[in-house]
Amino acid sequence: MLYPRIIPSLLIHNKGLVKTTQFKNPKYVGDPLNAVKIFNEKFVDELIVTDIDASVNQSEPDYAMIEKLAMECRMPLCYGGGIKNIYQAKKIFSLGVEKIAISSIAINNPDIIIELSELVGSQSIIVVLDVKKKFLSSKYEIYINNGKEKTGKELISFAKLAESLGAGEIVVNSIDKDGMMEGYDYNLVKNIRNSINLPLTVLGGAGSLHDIGKLISDYSIIGAGVGSLFVFKGKYKAVLINYPNNKEKIDLINTYLKY
Amino acid sequence: MIGILNYGLGNINAFTNIYKILDIPCKIISSKNELSGVDRMILPGVGAFDYAMKRFNESGLRNKVEKMVLDSGIPVIGICVGMQMLANFSEEGKEEGLGWIPADVRLFNTSNISYKTKLPHMGWNTIKFRSDEYLFKNLNDNPRFYFLHSYYFKSKKDNLIISETKYGDKFTSSIRLNNIYGVQYHPEKSHQNGIQLLYNFSKI
Repeated sequence: MLYPRIIPSLLIHNKGLVKTTQFKNPKYVGDPLNAVKIFNEKFVDELIVTDIDASVNQSEPDYAMIEKLAMECRMPLCYGGGIKNIYQAKKIFSLGVEKIAISSIAINNPDIIIELSELVGSQSIIVVLDVKKKFLSSKYEIYINNGKEKTGKELISFAKLAESLGAGEIVVNSIDKDGMMEGYDYNLVKNIRNSINLPLTVLGGAGSLHDIGKLISDYSIIGAGVGSLFVFKGKYKAVLINYPNNKEKIDLINTYLKY
Repeated sequence: MIGILNYGLGNINAFTNIYKILDIPCKIISSKNELSGVDRMILPGVGAFDYAMKRFNESGLRNKVEKMVLDSGIPVIGICVGMQMLANFSEEGKEEGLGWIPADVRLFNTSNISYKTKLPHMGWNTIKFRSDEYLFKNLNDNPRFYFLHSYYFKSKKDNLIISETKYGDKFTSSIRLNNIYGVQYHPEKSHQNGIQLLYNFSKI
């Protein structure tokens, strides 16, 4: 039986692990390598690690850090942040990362998706789309540079383009819901899920296991990306790296999964 | 000494790390001279079939590896595309496979897959044992492994299939012909089940 994936999303800022709210106010939550060690012990399905400085600062990806993370990770690892060309992508794969996430570069130059997927296979090329709901519209606009820059591009048409160019997976991240822990934007999920056939992971808003359960119940096989919920605990948001244990995870999936 | 065949594809570091944790000697093999002293081999692989075959053929490793596997009976395990390379050919490409196991590699029939995403088959799925293998020692029944592929291994001989997995239809997730093993999943990225399987392989 194939299981839906429940995926912690980790953000790196100034070499530390942080969690943002609506892409702002990064709060320090610990050491990235230590977090990976804890997630190993928790048997997480997969990990997404994003360096939120690299693109904004126009800096090279931090290869030394990526290598350390990849060495430690005993589950599939997706790295994103600051990847601007094929050379950098190749180098990151050589460090032992399974998947790379691209965003700004894919939006500015969609053809790079073709080049990258030919080089390493579609399955390893993840296109991450940070989106905000447009005012007085049901559509979503894509943003880059940590949500600071509008692109004028609409989510669904761009996701379809990325699919046609050979992307292997789409990650949709809701800027409005980021860090709010009030549930995913289910309308957004519905729009994107109905428009593309690629594997899909959604991010932004998970505040409880029930929120993840709702995704599983509606879409069965989907990637549930999770930020705050797996780094904070309780009403006062005390920092605590956490993840459902194997039994809790299987119970959650069995409760919600409809075949 | 376990040799991890490095022909430019696959997550070599993930294997060396696991064997380091297990305190089992292993080395990365990038040229045929480094094969001396190797008594077990891992053939990793990711990406497209043709690209993997071309890279392996150009690596200079093939002749000696083939002698070790086919003449000396050294155990080898192909991982993911590494497993598919053991077959005669693949629908994915034009290159000939290694042909160490009579089989071909086919694209999934997606008509019985009920999800919106049909391909690739990606994520954690269970494998069902078809025979009592040392490779599976100390694994619980129906263990979960991480898969990522769109083509599957179709053996010409049913009795070589040692585990199956369901994705739409059932397909071969592990195969064995004497000393030649193949697994479609990624043990190097499958937590404790993968570590156990790689440990077992080191003791075969």
